[in-house]
This record gives sequence, C-alpha cells and structure tokens, in this order.
Amino acid sequence: MLQCDGLILEQGTFRLRAEVDVPGPGLVGILGPSGSGKSTLLAAVAGFLAPKSGRILWDGDDITGRAPGQRPLSILFQDQNLFPHLTVRQNLGLGLSANLQLTVTDRQAIDAVLERVGLSAMGDRRPAALSGGQASRAALARALLRKRPLVLLDEPFAALGPALKEEMLALVAETLSDALVLMVTHDPADARGAPHALTILEGEVAGPFATDQLLADPPPELQAYLGSRM
Amino acid sequence: MARGARTVKLGIAAGGVVGLLTLGPLVAVILRAEGGATLSYSDWAAVRFTVTQAALSAVFSVALAVPVARALARRQFSGRGLLISLLGAPFILPVIVAVLGLLAVFGRGGVLNTGLDALGLPSVSIYGLHGVVLAHVFFNMPLAVRLILQGWAEIPGERFRLAAALGFGPSAIFRQLEWPMLKGVLPGAIMIVFLICLASFAVALTLGGGPSATTVELAIYQAFRFEFDLGRAALLALIQLALTAGAAFAVLALSARADFGAGLDRPVQRWDANRTGLRLADCAAIAIAALFLICPIAMIVLRGVPALLTIPESVWSATLRSLAVAGGTTVLTLALALPLAITSRRLGWVETFGYLPVAASPMVIGTGLFLILFPLVNPVALALPLTAVVNALMALPFALRVLAPALAGIEADFGRLADSLNLTGYRRLRWLILPRLYAPLGFCAGLAAALSIGDLGVVALFAAPGTETLPLLIQRLMAAYRMDAAAGASLILMVASFALFRLFDGWGRTRAAM
Repeated sequence: MLQCDGLILEQGTFRLRAEVDVPGPGLVGILGPSGSGKSTLLAAVAGFLAPKSGRILWDGDDITGRAPGQRPLSILFQDQNLFPHLTVRQNLGLGLSANLQLTVTDRQAIDAVLERVGLSAMGDRRPAALSGGQASRAALARALLRKRPLVLLDEPFAALGPALKEEMLALVAETLSDALVLMVTHDPADARGAPHALTILEGEVAGPFATDQLLADPPPELQAYLGSRM
Repeated sequence: MARGARTVKLGIAAGGVVGLLTLGPLVAVILRAEGGATLSYSDWAAVRFTVTQAALSAVFSVALAVPVARALARRQFSGRGLLISLLGAPFILPVIVAVLGLLAVFGRGGVLNTGLDALGLPSVSIYGLHGVVLAHVFFNMPLAVRLILQGWAEIPGERFRLAAALGFGPSAIFRQLEWPMLKGVLPGAIMIVFLICLASFAVALTLGGGPSATTVELAIYQAFRFEFDLGRAALLALIQLALTAGAAFAVLALSARADFGAGLDRPVQRWDANRTGLRLADCAAIAIAALFLICPIAMIVLRGVPALLTIPESVWSATLRSLAVAGGTTVLTLALALPLAITSRRLGWVETFGYLPVAASPMVIGTGLFLILFPLVNPVALALPLTAVVNALMALPFALRVLAPALAGIEADFGRLADSLNLTGYRRLRWLILPRLYAPLGFCAGLAAALSIGDLGVVALFAAPGTETLPLLIQRLMAAYRMDAAAGASLILMVASFALFRLFDGWGRTRAAM
C-alpha cells in the first residue's frame, strides 16, 4: 500500500497537497487537467522531488528520504527511458545489476521477459534501431524484470498512436498484475482501463475512486476539465 | 547524500591540486615581489606596450571578424563547412609556426615585399607593434568570427522569416535583429581577445623585442633568463597578474561564451541578402579572410618540404620530447577536468578552481614555481614535467568549458533514469557518463595535446640547451638564422599538432558513434 501522509509538494508558486492511501496491487489512473501536478506527484513518489513536508510510505515503511534507486519502485518517463549507447539487452541488464555483471539466471530472465513483450529478436539492437512501440516495450520489459511492487507510468506511451497505446496498456495490465501501477493520464478513455483512479483538482490529490463511478458522476472541476466528451 | 561521495572527493582533490598549483606560485611571487625591487622606465614601457598591443589586437580582430561572420551567416556555398573548420586551425596552430608562416608572407624576403619590390614600391617591416598586432589578428580574428557567428546562429530562423514577411531590407534587419545581437556578443569577444593577447609571449619574443615592443611576459622572461633578477621578475609577474586577473573578471562579467562552434554548419535561410552589392561584399570578406589564413600555412608547407631532407638530428629528439610533454599534458588535463566537471554538478564552487589558471599567465606560474622549487631541486632538471603541468593548467579552463555543458546535457536527458536504476558513483561513470562523453573528451584531449605540443612559454624559462622542446628549438634556430632548419622543423611541428588533435578528436567521435 502506498500512503501519502500530510504530503505537501511545492515548485515555485505551485503547491500540491496529498493525503491518500492507495492499496495494491492493481492499476490506478491519475486524472487531472494538464498542469494540475500529476507528474509532480509521481516525481515526489519516485524521489526526484523532495516534499516540503509530510511523508511517503510503502507498506508502512517511510521512504521519503530514500534515494530514487533505493525505492521499491520502477518508473517509466514520457521519453528517454533507454540509454541510446547501450543495446536493449544491456538496458534491461542495468535494471538487474547496476554493474551489468549478470549471472546465467539473469540472462535467462532477460530473454524470457524480451519474449514476453515480443522483442526476442531485438535484444542486441540499439534503441535508435527500434520503433516507438518497440522502445516502449523494451522500457516496460525492464520494469517487469525489476519486479518492484510499485510501478509509476508518467505517460510513457503518449507518443504512440491510439491502437498501439491501447495495446501497451493491455500489456501493462496483463504483465504487471502483481504490482500497484500508478498511471498518469489526461485521457478519460485510458483511465477507464484502470479500475481505480486518483484525481488531482485545485492542488489537492483525492481518491482512490472507482473509475466508472467517478466518470459517471464527476465532481464539478473534473466535469469542467472533461467537458461533454464522456 | 552519500550518493557518489567518492566522485565528490576526487573532484575536490582535483580542485585542490589546481588551487595549489595556481595559487601557490602566485603567493611565492607576491612574497618575493615585496623584496624592494623597483620598476625601471623600460618596465613601465612594457606595461604600456602590453595594454596597447592587446587593445589594438582585440579591436582589429573583432572589427575584421564582423563582416566575415556576417558573410558566413548568410551565404551557403560549397566549402563553407571546410572554411569554418579552418577557422579553428589557428587556435591549435603552434604560435612559433604561425610566426614563421607570417614572416614568409609579410617578412623581409616574404611574398608581399617581393611583390612590392617588383612594383618599385617601398618594402614594409613586420617587426614591432604592427607585426605583433598582425600576428595576434591572425590568431584571434578566426576565434572572433566563430564567437560572432555563434551569435548569428542563435538568432532564430523564424525571426528572419518574419522580417522577410514584413518586407525588411538589409538595413532594417541590421537594426532590428543583427545589431542587438552584436551589442551583446562584441564586448565579450573583444575582452576575450584582449585577455589572450595580454599574455602574449612567443609573438612578442619573435616579432617584438627591444625597449619599444616588449610585453610584460617577455620582460619577466628577460629579467629571469638574462639578468637572473628574481625580485624584478616577481614584481613584473605581479603586474601581469593584476592585468590578466582584471581582464578575466571583465570577461566573466560580460559572460561571453567561448563556444567551439556547435551548430555553426547550419546556415539560416535568408531572404534579405539577395542583392549583387551585398553578395560581392560577402564574397570579398570570405576570400580575404581565407587568403589571410591559408597563405601563411601554405608557406610553411612550401618552405618546409624541401628543408625536410636536411633536418638536423636535434629536431627529431626535440620532437620526441615535445610528444612526451603533450602526452603528459593530455593525461593531466583530463584527470583534472573530468572530476572537476562531474563534482561541480553537485558543488558549484569546485568548478571555480578550474578557472583560476585564466587569471594567471604561464610566465607568472613559471616564475612562482621556480621560486618554490629553486631551494629544493634544480628546476632546470624538471623543465619538461613543469612544462607539461603548466600547459595542463592552461588547457583546463577550455576543457571545463567543453565538458561542463556536455555533462549538464547528459544529466538533463538521462539523470533521472540513471537515478531510478540506482546508477551511482563508478557505475554511473562507466555506463552513462563515459559512453556519452567520448566525443567531448576526445575533443578536449586533442585540444590539450595540440596546445601543449605547440607551446612556447614556460619551457623557455627552464630548458637548458639539449633539452629543448620542438617549439623552443625552432625559436633558437630562427634566432641563429638557420631558417631552413627552422622551416623543416615548423612543418613537422604543425603536422604533429594537427595530427594529435585529429587523432584524439577522431577517437572520441568514433567511440561515440560505436
């Protein structure tokens, strides 16, 4: 379970409050207008932004002061999820060992996960030789490999076309079913793919809500953002 | 934060080494200078000459650079990229080689005077103030062109499109777009050239000299080498320090960026320059600048090749010594610059140490090192290692200027990803930083090696006969009027300097592309 305990985030004049408990596993969307602070929340959970005050807990452990790499999570950014100077296999290997000293078991795990995301033939390629969808799959494969109980998706599939994006989200739901997956989105259609959702409205994180009910009867600020397109 | 604590310690250690090597000699100089020595009339003349020639060199270099940069900014022609690369050549061309090339063109028996003679016109002399300024313009006009061209390249192409849509002519474009840019760029460019020329030694040694054309750096050398008057040398060094430190502060205040031309090969499309007069003016500017750069270099080749057959053996042993010095400088420069650049991402003040050498000139540091070492060891025995160290200090600010933005780019693009994968310390260096830094590292190594192999500075203070580096040997051959041997040795030095740069720079690029 991820807990935000009296969490206050500040960036310049921007201020975000969060007091939520999010139980896992499962897919949880984070809904809110652009600029509302969705990525800011993920950055704080991932350890890139020190909170002004409050704590972040995972299964009761306070992780607020831990370095990003020491947290029980994987994160997929909007872009730059792969090192361009390393092969796909090396990029995945870094997720297991930051020395890239891989055991036979590690190598087998990498091959298995590559097969799972349909990239078996691409292991020795550099990211530049991959299509956008393949690069997304490679990044997702590394998250699978790391087996962290919390996965943060900061719109990693935003640059993909609608069909490819839908396919990636289905793959996420299927492969990361053991983890709590927090997924930033500003598209209600994507949010419907997640059973639960957090909202970020007027500087306040709230939820989790059942996504269906939330979208069926949204609070006025969310309604204003969603418009009539339901 | 414990993250990368070892890298931070390395960086602080590197900063400490640079601080010690720069500030230590300065303190030695200051302590010694209080010894009651007074400045003679000729010393004050040296101060006046130093400032005058630097000011003239700066103004001429930049004034001549503006039309060339403007022409390069708005013209596309085949060979444009080559010409821009050529503009980088004087920076790594050994000073003594360039002087020999300039002598071959503008000197007593040079191409220009032969032509004037044939026309029955009086000949011109390259010695004295105007010769020194001419040589400085040769080195610094291309640098100024690149700085100013950078300014032009930073005017967004959309601005010119908008100007064209509004029907701006060349003069309106100049007033609205180009002049505001130049107002920002020119003061910095002038100050950088002024700073470089303040520390002029080799040019003044070969083309100046005498009471009316001696720089402070040259005066330090003379007080040291011919009179062995350490008190006066130290006092002169103090004056030199005041001059360069003052100018260095001015450069920082004007925040001119010594860019080395990323993105300069992309001309912006222009709609305003399609007129015959402008086209002719641009052609002339480019042709004159190219001739000015190419002629002296071509003369080195023309005079050097036949002389290669009769090269004295001493040239080859001097070449080996110079290569050793350049190797030492390269290793030391990278060993100092990389930890400094990495650590300064976390502790900004550490980077300041890397820029300390800007304020001190080679002769000042050389004098200080001599004062420190003299009671302990024979500094002459350490001539080559000392030269390598001082050259590394001088190359360090350039290396930092290249590495720091490259590192910033790597961290901006991949820092969070590396953090999230717990890539810290050595592992971050191994898997993220080095692989993405090969190209700038190779460039820095090439720059350090080329600057060092061509340097004629501290080595002149210390080296005894038989232990000269190649540039010093050339200078001594010239002083002995053995011009053929000097020409052959110059060709070797020029080839070695360019080859070292190409070798390291090419290595970095290849590794980066792998």
